[in-house]
Amino acid sequence: MSIETAQREIVEEFGLFDDWMDRYQYLIDLGRKLPELDAADMVEDHLLAGCQSQVWLITEGDADRMVFRANSDAAIVSGLIALLLKVYSGRSAQEILDSEPHFVVEIGLSDHLSPTRANGLNAMLAEIRRQAQLALQAA
Amino acid sequence: MDIVESKVKDQLDVFALREQFPVLARRVHDEKPLVYFDNAATAQRPLKVIEAMDDFYRRYNANVHRGVHQLSVEASEQFELARDSVRRLLNADSVREVVFTRGTTEAVNLVAQAYLRPRLEEGDEILITHMEHHSNIVPWQMLCEQTGAVLKVAPINRQGELLVEELASMINERTKLIGMVHVSNALGTINPVEEVCRIAKKHDVPVLVDGAQATPHMAVDVQALGCDFYCISAHKMYGPTGIGALWARESILEDMPPWQGGGEMITRVSFEGTTYNDLPHKFEAGTPNISGAIGFGKAVEFLEETGYEGIVWQEERLLEYATERMQAIDGLEIIGTAKHKGPVVSFTLEGAHPNDIGTIVDHYGVAIRTGHHCAMPVMQFFDVPATARVSFAPYNIRNEIDIFLEALGKARDMLA
Ligand SMILES: Cc1ncc(COP(=O)(O)O)c(C=O)c1O
Repeated sequence: MSIETAQREIVEEFGLFDDWMDRYQYLIDLGRKLPELDAADMVEDHLLAGCQSQVWLITEGDADRMVFRANSDAAIVSGLIALLLKVYSGRSAQEILDSEPHFVVEIGLSDHLSPTRANGLNAMLAEIRRQAQLALQAA
Repeated sequence: MDIVESKVKDQLDVFALREQFPVLARRVHDEKPLVYFDNAATAQRPLKVIEAMDDFYRRYNANVHRGVHQLSVEASEQFELARDSVRRLLNADSVREVVFTRGTTEAVNLVAQAYLRPRLEEGDEILITHMEHHSNIVPWQMLCEQTGAVLKVAPINRQGELLVEELASMINERTKLIGMVHVSNALGTINPVEEVCRIAKKHDVPVLVDGAQATPHMAVDVQALGCDFYCISAHKMYGPTGIGALWARESILEDMPPWQGGGEMITRVSFEGTTYNDLPHKFEAGTPNISGAIGFGKAVEFLEETGYEGIVWQEERLLEYATERMQAIDGLEIIGTAKHKGPVVSFTLEGAHPNDIGTIVDHYGVAIRTGHHCAMPVMQFFDVPATARVSFAPYNIRNEIDIFLEALGKARDMLA
């Protein structure tokens, strides 16, 4: 799957909901289904700054195939993480850097993109892109 | 869910009060009435404050203390009248004891750098409490790094009350200052400042009080308290942001060297040397926040007109009702259950992260605070990463608490 396809799928899924409660409920459920991280992953080195809840993000793989694992102690944020992983994990660093996360606006969660929001979607996106850049430099 | 208009007219005409706050008429998220329960972060502003600041810019904007022209004279007069309002608020002896700052944070930093730093030697101690806001922790930590002094922390109990006897036993000949919060923003606890000051006096240790959360809710008399420094922020007490004050005894301020240098704080400058201005101007370098000060003065007048009696009456009823209803919720834990409390309820809900609660109730129009409340050591003490917090002002009503509780119930269902 490409980043574009993944984004389109998400937009289609969210198109089924007509109010914010359903969208949030779906996010919360997605967050719940996110695989838990081991204690060894939930260390300060993996903690993202700029989030009000705790967000751990682990990067694996290389520039050809970047793999991200992440989770949070807050449910809505975990849901956002699930979406990000679906879009970005398993893609090449170049594809990540070449794409825009337009799905966030399209599914009505653009609130969460504002840099003044402390929930960290911005911080996560920035970290994913930074990791992609690092991987490209190392390649 | 609309806000029900039932006249509450015992001690305070709440609906007349609400009308003074235009923002309370706002609707958010698809026309839901705004329920503003984030007053401890910053309170809303009454028309009196908004209009006075508007009037300054429209009619007499000018720099202060410098001009011979009419506008400058008027601006200076209003600026100094505002200082006198703050003096009245704190029952200080003289306007010479009231230094305008950017807020509580800057007031604490001023005391740390201009008062305490020259007096500190390596191994000296600064004593604070476990429930301080970061603004009454970090300036002292920075000072400790600069001087080799040591920060000591007086303990609190599980209710979130200061252990005064323990604090007393920590005072020794190396203790050079006690810093304490009057009312805790994270827990609501009202601290026995007078008692601590009495104890400190016996050891000849000065006391700095962080009064940011006190002046919105209670009459403060710095002389009766017996403290040496009192720090406040206008925006917590219905005034503008970016302005606050440090009160300190005149004799102490006289002894303190200036902190920042520049215009306003001098009487004569030459390259051979500079003579500093008189109190309090020697601590107010640069063009001050003039409109802010004028708004601050009006906020004091607003409090005087409304009256602390009515404010306390309304806030106590809100706190009591919210506490009672929230205690009854399964899995909800109130963090901060001191006997003497301001109108703040900090809480955790089993299985629900405060951030999720805050996000969901926001969609019901309810503004609450979630996070560590700039008091991370408090969170560490109670072993929680964060709490959700509702904090009330006298313009809040019971029905808003019902709306919040309903939204909280929804959040809980969604997160279950
Ligand atoms: C108890 C307490 N102290 C200090 C502060 C800092 O005030 P300011 O940010 O206005 O300087 C606050 C407000 O956040 C507070 O609640």
